[in-house]
Amino acid sequence: MEHYNMNLTLKVWRQENSDKKGKFETYKVNGISSEMSFLEMFDVLNEQLIHEGKDAIAFDHDCREGICGACSMYINGKPHGPWELNTTCQLHMRAFKDGDTIVVEPWRAKAFPVIKDLVTDRSSFDRIIQSGGYISVNTGNAVDANSLPIKKDHADAAFAAAACIGCGACVAACKNSSAMLFVSAKVSHLALLPQGEPEKESRVLNMIAQMDKEGFGGCTNTGACEATCPKGISLSNIARLNKEYTLASLISE
Amino acid sequence: MTWKQVFTSSVGQKLTMGLSGIFLILFLIVHAGLNACIWAMDGGVMFNRAAHFMGDNVVPRVLEIGLFVFILLHIIQGLMLEASNRSKRGTPYAVSYGNRGSKWYSRSMGLLGTIILLFLVVHMVHFWIPSRFTGVAETTLPNGVEVHDLFSLMMATFQENIGVVILYVIGCISLAYHLAHGFQSAFRTMGVHNKRYVAMLKAIGYGFSVIVPLAFAMMPISMYFGWVK
Ligand code: HEM
Ligand code: SF4
Ligand code: FES
Repeated sequence: MEHYNMNLTLKVWRQENSDKKGKFETYKVNGISSEMSFLEMFDVLNEQLIHEGKDAIAFDHDCREGICGACSMYINGKPHGPWELNTTCQLHMRAFKDGDTIVVEPWRAKAFPVIKDLVTDRSSFDRIIQSGGYISVNTGNAVDANSLPIKKDHADAAFAAAACIGCGACVAACKNSSAMLFVSAKVSHLALLPQGEPEKESRVLNMIAQMDKEGFGGCTNTGACEATCPKGISLSNIARLNKEYTLASLISE
Repeated sequence: MTWKQVFTSSVGQKLTMGLSGIFLILFLIVHAGLNACIWAMDGGVMFNRAAHFMGDNVVPRVLEIGLFVFILLHIIQGLMLEASNRSKRGTPYAVSYGNRGSKWYSRSMGLLGTIILLFLVVHMVHFWIPSRFTGVAETTLPNGVEVHDLFSLMMATFQENIGVVILYVIGCISLAYHLAHGFQSAFRTMGVHNKRYVAMLKAIGYGFSVIVPLAFAMMPISMYFGWVK
């Protein structure tokens, strides 16, 4: 692919902390290479700000290879930017042209309060996981590899659901700020495997209770989450979650 | 876990919407089927007889109570969900994801439902209140039974005023889009995730949401233009 440089206008959400009101600031960045990643472009901009004696823009990142889920930018109206099945850190500047204006916002949901600028507090996801996203196994010797037969299609579906990196883009994309795609990925991943069997009912009931408590909205099956998810988590996981929840709630004491 | 916890959870509230929605869908089939009798071209004899049966027989009357319970549940829960879901964002986005991620009508269920509700109020004033309370002129069927002449009431309602016809058509269009999302959504809510069934339900849902509202819309239209005799 041909290399080119571009000059860009960025409109970035700046907010000191969760109590202060935020607003957009406009910045110019010049000479950005089409081979840079989106976060590298932000590194360039931040260096420029630091040289000018200004406060650098805070944003979350860790692995920068699309696996940790830390990076979280709502770029031109879509979580993780214009590419599909992609994280912000893996978005490259060749997605943009010279002269483009790019609007960058944080994930917006009351359950994800802004810590600073583009960094949001996603510990609500951690608390949902703690409420049920685990299995109980006895430690000790590792069991024989094939002692637990698992149907191939169940293993595949569980693996696909386990690909969720907990980034929260599904919440950011949803008109209801619902966390159902995330929770459904975690519930499906474990519900499909024999290892998840002992907590099958308590898991789904507790995780939904925690999700509601954290202040996420309800699901209306619009599919915006699936369309934006960097890991291709399928909407059918939500239907599976609904089934698991309904059955568990009918048989629980 | 108490029943209250089940039905006040986010998934439980959706279940209420889905189950009541499916009941309303079943009602629509019966309602459309019966009303299609206006096209028998017999001066409304078949239609008036069918309407009389529904009003006189105990089974439809019991089902009618169920219908009221479910539609009220659906409306109240729907409006509550809409308000609660809207309150979860906080600061709004400057640029919206919009139609890139989902269909406009799937994001507008509250609005579409509210239009349907307004339509329903007018619709009940037109037909249900006269037939139950304020009275409708009587007519005699060929077998000698005295019945409400709802057919003539319909003709009078729709032939006089193009505005009423337009209102009914708007109601039907809203219903069509409400169902284009609602039909499949209700089954997802009830836990259908098998790909073959989802594909089938989607197809049936789109078919249903075109055919049934179209049939309803054709009733005022065909009466207005005098295609019904
Ligand atoms: C004959 C009339 C109606 C029918 C057949 C109908 C049908 C449905 C169905 C099947 C659903 C999907 C449920 C689900 O996703 O689980 C639904 C959802 C909904 N309906 Fe209705 N409905 C009707 C009238 C109304 C009215 C009058 C209102 C409110 C004023 C309303 C508001 C809603 C709302 C807010 C939702 C939730 C949206 C969502 O979950 O995506 N509906 N309806
Ligand atoms: S379901 Fe997708 S969008 Fe949601 S947290 Fe997991 S990886 Fe991110
Ligand atoms: S920084 Fe780890 S996924 Fe983007």
